[in-house]
Amino acid sequence: MSIGLHNSTFKNPVIRWVDSRLPIFSMMQNEYGTFPTPKNFNYFWNFGALAMINLLIMIATGIFLAMHYTPHVSMAFDSVERIMRDVNYGWLFRYVHANGASMFFIVVYVHIWRGMWYGSYKAPRELLWIIGVVIFLLMMATAFMGYVLPWGQMSFWGATVITNLFSAFPVVGDHIVTLLWGGFSVDNPTLNRFFSLHFLLPFVIFGVVFLHVAALHITGSNNPLGIDVKSPADTLPFHPYYTAKDSVGMVVYFIVFASLVFFAPNYLGHADNYIPANPMVTPAHIVPEWYFLPYYAILRAVPDKLGGVLLMFGSILVWFILPWLDTSPVRSMRFRPIAKWFLLLWGIAFGVLMYCGGKPPEGIYVVLSRVATLYYFAWFLVILPLLGRLERPLPLPESIAKPVLRGGGPLPAGAAAKPMEKA
Amino acid sequence: MFRSALRALTVFGVMAAAPALAPALAAGDHTQGPAALPHAHFHFEGVFGTFDRASAQRGFQVYKEVCSACHSMRLLSYRHLLELGLSEAEVRAIAATVTVNDGPNDEGQMFERPGRLSDRFRSPFPNEAAARAANNGAAPPDLSVISKAREEGPHYLHALLTGYADPPAGMAMGDGMNYNRYFPGNQIAMSAPLREEGQVEYADGTKATVEQMALDVTNFLQWAAEPEMEARKRMGVKWVLFLTILGGLAYATKRKIWANVPH
Amino acid sequence: MADHLAPAGAPHAAGEHAADGTTKRDFLILAAGGFAAVGAGAMAWPFISSMNPARDVLALSTTEAEIGAIPVGGAVTLMWRGKPVFVRHRSPDEVQAAATVDMGELRDPQADSARVKAGKAEWLVVIGVCTHLGCVPLGQKPTDPKGEFGGWFCPCHGSHYDTSGRIRKGPAPANLPVPTYAFTTDTQIKIG
Repeated sequence: MSIGLHNSTFKNPVIRWVDSRLPIFSMMQNEYGTFPTPKNFNYFWNFGALAMINLLIMIATGIFLAMHYTPHVSMAFDSVERIMRDVNYGWLFRYVHANGASMFFIVVYVHIWRGMWYGSYKAPRELLWIIGVVIFLLMMATAFMGYVLPWGQMSFWGATVITNLFSAFPVVGDHIVTLLWGGFSVDNPTLNRFFSLHFLLPFVIFGVVFLHVAALHITGSNNPLGIDVKSPADTLPFHPYYTAKDSVGMVVYFIVFASLVFFAPNYLGHADNYIPANPMVTPAHIVPEWYFLPYYAILRAVPDKLGGVLLMFGSILVWFILPWLDTSPVRSMRFRPIAKWFLLLWGIAFGVLMYCGGKPPEGIYVVLSRVATLYYFAWFLVILPLLGRLERPLPLPESIAKPVLRGGGPLPAGAAAKPMEKA
Repeated sequence: MFRSALRALTVFGVMAAAPALAPALAAGDHTQGPAALPHAHFHFEGVFGTFDRASAQRGFQVYKEVCSACHSMRLLSYRHLLELGLSEAEVRAIAATVTVNDGPNDEGQMFERPGRLSDRFRSPFPNEAAARAANNGAAPPDLSVISKAREEGPHYLHALLTGYADPPAGMAMGDGMNYNRYFPGNQIAMSAPLREEGQVEYADGTKATVEQMALDVTNFLQWAAEPEMEARKRMGVKWVLFLTILGGLAYATKRKIWANVPH
Repeated sequence: MADHLAPAGAPHAAGEHAADGTTKRDFLILAAGGFAAVGAGAMAWPFISSMNPARDVLALSTTEAEIGAIPVGGAVTLMWRGKPVFVRHRSPDEVQAAATVDMGELRDPQADSARVKAGKAEWLVVIGVCTHLGCVPLGQKPTDPKGEFGGWFCPCHGSHYDTSGRIRKGPAPANLPVPTYAFTTDTQIKIG
């Protein structure tokens, strides 16, 4: 092999010629073909691949929708309805794109939960996790701006309320809001820049996803046992084992997706967004899309405007330092008999916040929101750091290939019956 | 081995289901306000539902002869009526009954001409301010997507149209307002649009009771809001069937590939 | 796909030693892969289809026009599919001039009778786009130059068209095309 050429192992002469000069085939082979992958993944490990597929679907349908959409306050609503009525398969693109946003958040929430439950954020995968949080923040920004584009009542008032959050910051707040709007209220300049950014950000996300995958392929994947890969006996080549397993998950995902798009396309949306935006009339109940409800509940749980805004942003930002808040020596909740219950409770608190976020901010919902908000932060800032030191983990298996050797493996049914054992 | 994973999934399932359960949990919230909606059965409901075209066509007649005096449907064009099952000659005749402003012509003048298939439905008012001024301060909403723009769309529309009654004793009604059992706040600016049997004369001999007219116009409005519904559901049935078979194949393949891996 | 890409010595999937198992596995992979390919194809079609003209565009692909008011010798320009269409009410002299041209003189030989509807020779309907490089020729207004042959004159590069819209002089290679049209009544035409 001459100097300066990549040493390709491919036999096909054309592939070999290209691969020697630009080793993309070797790269694909190494990263998705022979890539050694822990052999004990469960179906939770499908959701990264599903998120990738979902991003591609959103970009593809989005580009075709943009061919027909008009980002102007007087035409945006009508152009969306024209897509629904007159563009060939326009209704399909719009409903796939709108419900695709919901599917994306479902998939990513499960993906994040997977990471939390099995300690995927812990060393040496801290940066991988942080990049993931960045992706999630970009997703939220993209979804928010995309929801403004149809220029319905919820679009307009959602944009108004969310941009006004920034007015909570002292001194600079109002200037920031004016800057975001490009005027003195949410209006045509706002719509135009949101369209521009909504088109741009998915490609930024794609780039950051590439970093996410690159970082993953340096550390290798975590696994349900949370222990390191020790020998080749612990792994399988990614293809065909996990390509086959991901395919199964993908079909299930598509069935759920198709059911939403074809049979209940507006189930997750708001009727009010089929009313054209009217700056003079606010709808009776302004609620964000379901995937933003937990943060909305945190915002409203705090009686102080600035405090609420800070806490809302903090609820995501705290994820950035999660790898250092968790002091436990083990990753997977399978071997953390106490912490797993607290984490489950955190999941429930998240669900309660999602429920309360969709309710009027009065009575029991305020109380529930406050309790859940308190626990949301207590888990990260108090329980998790303390528990890592106080809790005694269950014995870990020797390796992935021999999960039962030292009494590890599946949790005994009575594992929870002996809590509070001190190390 | 999968138990904890399953448990985690269950939690997530509950979280996902919470918004769906919410209406049931919150049912006791409303001590006053609109009554619970009666649920009429519509032909377009369900996975295999299709539009009752005869009813929707009668509903268009109700819209044309009653609603269109005040309510626009500016997102629809006359050509869309072909998809409702009207013949081209019928639709051309309907379009030709309206006058459309067009122009400018070679001399720079605007001129009037009869409507064509490609024209949008004629709006009763030139703009929203005019609509507001002519209707006691409440602009009649555009009906193009009204069925999607209200919670429980078709059920709400049907209930609203048949929900007029005398106000209960002691209720103070605003000036020019009408009592409706299903309107939020119970006071609606629109007076009962469907008041008496035979208000429109159906060509197919159907008896035009208020209930019948309300059902027909609801069918029409549902079609107007979701004209793609039949194609959508047909395509959905095909995709779900296809994906189910593909899922079986994918699962069998996965099982086969993993057959010799101890795990 | 992956098989011929596999580098020598790559770890192989387990289970290949059982010959019948391998056959069944290959069949399953083939069937699932074939199915998935059909699905991907079915997904691709809406994307392609959506770039074709939408229904509202198609609805405007025919134009109807009332032409009874055009005086003899006058003309109107209609908009059809984003292009100007010239409708000229020709005088008997102009019809005569168009009909008696020697075919040998024409660059794009076509009889006048083939460019008008039978019995309606006074009406000429052509697409008003010069066949050279797409300019709109002059000659519709009474004050416009009509070129040396009394039809139209393209100001861009000096093409002259006669009273039948045929190219007679200048760089344009072909006659002004006649769109598909029909008389719906004596005085109304439908183009497209």
